[in-house]
Amino acid sequence: MFRFANPARFLRLSAALLPWLWLASALLLGAGLVLALFVAPPDYQQGEAVRIMYVHVPAAWMASFVYAVMALASAVGLVWRHALADVAARAAAPLGAGFTLICLVTGSLWGEPMWGTWWVWDARLTSVLVLFFLYLGYIALVNAFDEPTRGARAGGILAIVGVVNLPIIKFSVDWWNTLHQPASVFRLGGPTIAAAMLWPLLVMALGFMAFFAALLLLRMRSALVAARIRALRLMAADAEAPVHPGPALGAAR
Amino acid sequence: MNGFAALVGRDLRLALRQGGDAATVAAFFVLAVILFPFGVGPEPLLLQRIAPGILWVMALLAALLSLERLFLADYEDGSLEALALMTLPLEAQVAAKCLAHWLVSGLPLIVLAPLLALLLHLEAAAYPALVAGLLLGTPALSLVGAIGAALTLGARRGGVLLSLLVLPLYIPVLIFGVAACEAAAQGLAMRPHLLLLAALLVLALALAPFAAAAALRQALE
Repeated sequence: MFRFANPARFLRLSAALLPWLWLASALLLGAGLVLALFVAPPDYQQGEAVRIMYVHVPAAWMASFVYAVMALASAVGLVWRHALADVAARAAAPLGAGFTLICLVTGSLWGEPMWGTWWVWDARLTSVLVLFFLYLGYIALVNAFDEPTRGARAGGILAIVGVVNLPIIKFSVDWWNTLHQPASVFRLGGPTIAAAMLWPLLVMALGFMAFFAALLLLRMRSALVAARIRALRLMAADAEAPVHPGPALGAAR
Repeated sequence: MNGFAALVGRDLRLALRQGGDAATVAAFFVLAVILFPFGVGPEPLLLQRIAPGILWVMALLAALLSLERLFLADYEDGSLEALALMTLPLEAQVAAKCLAHWLVSGLPLIVLAPLLALLLHLEAAAYPALVAGLLLGTPALSLVGAIGAALTLGARRGGVLLSLLVLPLYIPVLIFGVAACEAAAQGLAMRPHLLLLAALLVLALALAPFAAAAALRQALE
């Protein structure tokens, strides 16, 4: 793990990896969309409107997955002081918030024709909304300090505290009577969804995953480069107007 | 235990000497609850229906008000560093500060809530559920709020940021507190909801001091 803590090595590795990730996400998302929109069958009850599922469900999976990644990165950063762990957590947060927003909006668009309502305060929707606010709180906290490391550490603790929400989201449909349907894929006893729908769903999920990985590496690279620029600016400012005492003071001693 | 009691006593004495904090929290609670009859109209049935929600949400916000200063005064004048060097573990110190905070800010809410419930025409059967729920819920609010207070030490716009961080974590307490009141009002059992509130309190008591102490250590670096 510490082999990749060297920023220069990480920049080289990510530069090599990034084009392949973009290619993979383009292929997977492209294939997934074709499968979802044209090949997969319409639902016997919902008709063609079920195709929102192929965006909504992978986005929901990513929302929880990215939070888990963020919490894990924060834990690694707090425990081992890994140089890039904090960068990774910070880079992942807006991506996770974005996936959560996509999940909420597509779910709302799906709910209107199917349930007859844009929103309902059931356990699943409420806990995902709370997840969204946890993401926003994390982003606000890490940006609220003048010193970046202080913000990263504080955010790390918040990310770990918020992990308690992930099992609540997963099991909310089991623990409460919810309008949102129970689990059809990740459940004991195997998926209950039809295979013709499951495969496009999995392809889309892999596409989302590759897209997230590409975006994450991109954001981490920009964060490292931005830190480099900041350091260079500080060095340039210091060269122009030195903060340390000049020769006059030194001679007076 | 001696250090723990000494820390609680110190915080209580500081709070009582200042005097303003408990009174401000209580005054905000009363004023904010009174706004609702003006806002939604004085019709008793309507107020009765939303009374548990109003009381709990306002108690939540009132508890939030005094949280920012939980560690801030000690952080700014350097006593937090001295406290961190005490033999009493930082986690126990956090628990002591939360206890003092609850005694100063939480107890007035519990005392005032039944009186305000009179103004909102709360059903008679719901009063025990309201008081019991607040008794179990407000310490949990202090403990979870301490995490937020410790995380936002030295942050820009710390007060508002604290609310943004802590309110999502308050939602479970709010849900079960209101559920207990509404169940009692309808003649159903309030015990399951109160037991869940107690579970949340125990969870907060076990975990919040560790999270808050870790955040304090980050702030002191």
